[in-house]
Amino acid sequence: MATNDLSERPTKRLSAPATKRVLPGFGLSLGISLFFISLVLLLPISGLFIRAAGMGWEQFWFVITDPRVVASYKVTALAALAASLFNCVFGLLMAWVLVRYEFPGKRLLDAIMDLPFALPTAVAGITLATLFAENGWYGQYLADVGIEVAFTPLGIVVAMAFTSVPFVVRTVQPVLEEMAPEDEEAAMSLGASDMTVFRKILFPTLWPAVVTGGALSFARSLGEYGAVIFIAGNSPYISEVISLMIFVRLEEYDFPAASAIAAVVMTVSLLLLLAINVWQGRYLKRLHGG
Amino acid sequence: MAARKHRRVGDSPLVRRTLIGIAVGLTVLLLFMPLVLIFVQAFAEGWAGYVSNILNEYTLHAIGLTLVVALLTVPLNMVFGVFLAWLVTRFRFPGRKLLTTLIDIPFAVSPVVAGLLFLLLYGSNGWVGQWLGEYDIQLMFSWPGIVMVTVFVTCPFVARELIPLMQQQGREEEEAGVVLGASGWQLFRRVTLPNIRWALLYGVILTNARAVGEFGAVSVVSGNIRGETNTLPLQVELLYQDYNTVGAFAASSLLAGIALITLVVKAIVEWRQSRN
Repeated sequence: MATNDLSERPTKRLSAPATKRVLPGFGLSLGISLFFISLVLLLPISGLFIRAAGMGWEQFWFVITDPRVVASYKVTALAALAASLFNCVFGLLMAWVLVRYEFPGKRLLDAIMDLPFALPTAVAGITLATLFAENGWYGQYLADVGIEVAFTPLGIVVAMAFTSVPFVVRTVQPVLEEMAPEDEEAAMSLGASDMTVFRKILFPTLWPAVVTGGALSFARSLGEYGAVIFIAGNSPYISEVISLMIFVRLEEYDFPAASAIAAVVMTVSLLLLLAINVWQGRYLKRLHGG
Repeated sequence: MAARKHRRVGDSPLVRRTLIGIAVGLTVLLLFMPLVLIFVQAFAEGWAGYVSNILNEYTLHAIGLTLVVALLTVPLNMVFGVFLAWLVTRFRFPGRKLLTTLIDIPFAVSPVVAGLLFLLLYGSNGWVGQWLGEYDIQLMFSWPGIVMVTVFVTCPFVARELIPLMQQQGREEEEAGVVLGASGWQLFRRVTLPNIRWALLYGVILTNARAVGEFGAVSVVSGNIRGETNTLPLQVELLYQDYNTVGAFAASSLLAGIALITLVVKAIVEWRQSRN
């Protein structure tokens, strides 16, 4: 651990007094963090890209444009989009109700919102599959009106929507809590309708948070595996998600193909993560007037 | 008009009741009922059936392995999370933003891809795997591999809980401690830890919940050997595929119980923080 020799400091770093390191542990925490991140995150990730690069462009392209794989991109992206759109609406509603109203059971409702993050995905998967099965609690009623969820792409949407419920709720909640009531009250007292005030005054402040939550939900849904496979039915070209495709290739011992598809998925995930971070940084700056 | 003076959007009783009604209704359907179903199914054969399902030889082994994995993963990620949070909230240095983005990677990566990463590197024909193979060390398809992918998948949680809190608290208290002559360890134990203990606790509980529940990544590197490399979520899958629904839900109920404990701890932590 670094020593705290106070007498030494004033003469050092005169050019940048703001970055003076008073607190101990810079070297140690930097060392541990870099070691851990390199070993656990960066080494395996670069391993994947080197593997994928080693297989040659033509074969790589052949593997990632295989019709069955392409179908799984589409199924995954569309289902993830539908699930995150649902969560944008549901999350906004939940955040609104939890922040604006007082009612019995509110704390319980707030607490249960995080269930999908705490519940293992495999458990969520078999539970949803059982609920929506033909003779399940929900499935039997849905069958009456001709809606099939289990073993269809709709089941994938349900599973993805379930596992990413908390994102929008938890990004919108703090923004709603911090919102100053003045503009809203002024508009209301001037006789504007609820809908107008929501559209013109509240929504412009809220939507960046909704988009952030929606994007996080989308990113999570793209990679969802455990919850999806039990309810999806997993028929080729129709209800296979991309994570399952990688798994299928692995079970065929086709490591190059699995790596190639995984490299595509990884690239998309990393770009999405980067975009969300840049977007969040910008909008936080605007929010705090920086 | 006077009555409308301090009204805000959605304050009229009709809108209020409708929105609360829809919100509660949807939450019951989407979140409560699944939870209820797990326990109803688990106890479908009564208490005795439940106990005998849990005491199944393979389920017991899966419980044991899952506990071992959590016991190894959680402390490791706790130490890493605390050091990383200390680093990025107490010092300014080039690359600080990049570090906080990097640790989000496990959140963005599909668990199957996460498992594959380790299989490629440490598997029998991976770079490290081949070299280890010469010494007869096999990491994949055995418990060390499961621990490795679980560390990968759960490494952001503690840091993610601590960073916003430590940023908000600032470093004045710790700087005062340094001026008073505290050593690094004293500083952490006496000043930092009391301030962050609740968030740390929640981070640890969340890490634990994810560690015991990880499915996709573990399923890639485990090899699914019954009674050997099967963790509890994998055992749930096996039982379910064997059409032993009650057994699958009995095993699930243990995981759901851990999830419920996680939610309760979170509620307590938030209540504590709002009081301060």
